[in-house]
Amino acid sequence: MKNWQEKIIQILLVGAASASILIVLLIFLFLGKEAFPFVSDPGIRVLLEHQWIPVSFKREVFGIIPLITGSVLVTILATGLMIPFGVLGAVYIAEIAIEKERAFLKPFIEIMAGIPSVVIGFFGLVVLSPVLKEVFQLNTGLTALLGAILLALMAIPTVISISEDAIRSVPKSFKEASLALGASRLQTIFRVVVPAALPGIIAAVMLGIGRVIGETMVVLMVTGNAAQITFNPVESVRTMTATIAAEMGEVAFGSNHYQALFWVGIVLLVITFGLNYVAQKVLNRYRMG
Amino acid sequence: MISKKVTEYLQMGLIRLATYTVVVFVGYILFDIFIKGFPTLNWEFISGFPRRSGAEGGILPAIVGTICLVTGAISFAFPLGMASAIYLTEYAKQGRFKGIIRLAISTLAGVPSIVFGLFGLGLFVLFFGFGASILSGSLTLAFMILPTIIVSSEEALRAVPVTLREGSLALGASKWQTIARNVLPYALPGMFTGSILGIGRAAGETAPILLTVAAFYLPKLPRSIFDQVMALPYHLYVLATQHPEAEKVLPMQYGTALVLLLLVILFNLSAIILRNKFRKKIQW
Repeated sequence: MKNWQEKIIQILLVGAASASILIVLLIFLFLGKEAFPFVSDPGIRVLLEHQWIPVSFKREVFGIIPLITGSVLVTILATGLMIPFGVLGAVYIAEIAIEKERAFLKPFIEIMAGIPSVVIGFFGLVVLSPVLKEVFQLNTGLTALLGAILLALMAIPTVISISEDAIRSVPKSFKEASLALGASRLQTIFRVVVPAALPGIIAAVMLGIGRVIGETMVVLMVTGNAAQITFNPVESVRTMTATIAAEMGEVAFGSNHYQALFWVGIVLLVITFGLNYVAQKVLNRYRMG
Repeated sequence: MISKKVTEYLQMGLIRLATYTVVVFVGYILFDIFIKGFPTLNWEFISGFPRRSGAEGGILPAIVGTICLVTGAISFAFPLGMASAIYLTEYAKQGRFKGIIRLAISTLAGVPSIVFGLFGLGLFVLFFGFGASILSGSLTLAFMILPTIIVSSEEALRAVPVTLREGSLALGASKWQTIARNVLPYALPGMFTGSILGIGRAAGETAPILLTVAAFYLPKLPRSIFDQVMALPYHLYVLATQHPEAEKVLPMQYGTALVLLLLVILFNLSAIILRNKFRKKIQW
């Protein structure tokens, strides 16, 4: 093949690979573009108010603090559930399960990762929320806690598969040395293997948290969507993602409300970008070592 | 000594319990939707048009809408993802540029789906003026699944032994000839696997299409890529939360959930089976 043809192909491939960079830049650019007019009118400080009342005859308030605390509450609860189940699940699959079990569990986890969030949200809405209402004697089962349980379920496959990789990449010699010194299987797992895999496990949890914060449909359907500042797990909250999904459909393009929703998107993007960046750094360093 | 063994046994049991609690929980969700969705599933439901804002009739427009969106998304994302992966594994040298591309890909993988929706709204719907349409929705979904496709395509390319490349190059073939004739044929099955996973994800996502394409209630089939469509996940959301008689249409909700679930599981299972088959079959 002629040299110039090779060159053209190479240029095309570079172009395709650069598309990812371009898309990331465009995401930041277009979120910023739609959100920007808000800075001069009504001013960015409005976002720091403690109330979110986007539609009102008297005065509209676009304070995103209750939305952030809503997301934070749900995320903390979900993380609390995701860590034990995700990490123990990974330990079990990597170190304890017999071959036949693993042949079932691994595809099962993959299928689990593929269940659409709207289906999980639907299940929570019609099956779990009445149960929760009954158990805690609430007015409504649509609470931060219910959202957290379902989000943990959605993030667990991520935590399991990345943690499992980390656990598996611990050199065999570590384990053998520990066993040879007379440590039991569990002692070896929790004092040698897991500590050695810890950076990978931490990265896995961070990516799981990123998923939880960014999840939309589940929280939209099951957390009750009351924009209030609370840290009570059995109260309703409204998260950042749910706010965008619920309100963007009815908003006038270009209005203050519209711009405020894009600000919410920017906050989300920055948080997930930060989590992801740190997690990748940890994973990369870990692979080197 | 015995008590030590007993505690160890109990602790093992606890770890097993944690794992299987998750399995049973997920199993129960699947079971619930299968059992309650199954009675609704019949030919009229699959092939009919919705009536009375979805309370009766079928879900054909939503099925067709989802198929359109997924087809559109994969036809953008597959060529782009494949070309990116070829560049990253075969051409790029370790260095700054490659590092930035990698960072961009992992960033893209972590962007929340609703933010993709906002982005699609800003870029495709408003800036390019595509409006709420199949085109806007497909492009948004394509960007969302791009990282999945790139990463699995790279994996597939790396699994092809270096000796195949060296042999071809030694015989005087050019770099691209080598890739096109000696590397790609062996990597394609792996690439398809990644695409199928991407399709499964695109079919189930609601948030990105919420702002870029999905119609609340539109009982007809699309005629062009500039039409709005209904989509399965959004239809389920609407029936479950926005319908005035949400309680009464519960069977329709379960039916829609089951169709969506079956579709997504079908994609994921076939990807898993395909991958395992090729892993076993090719012995270098």
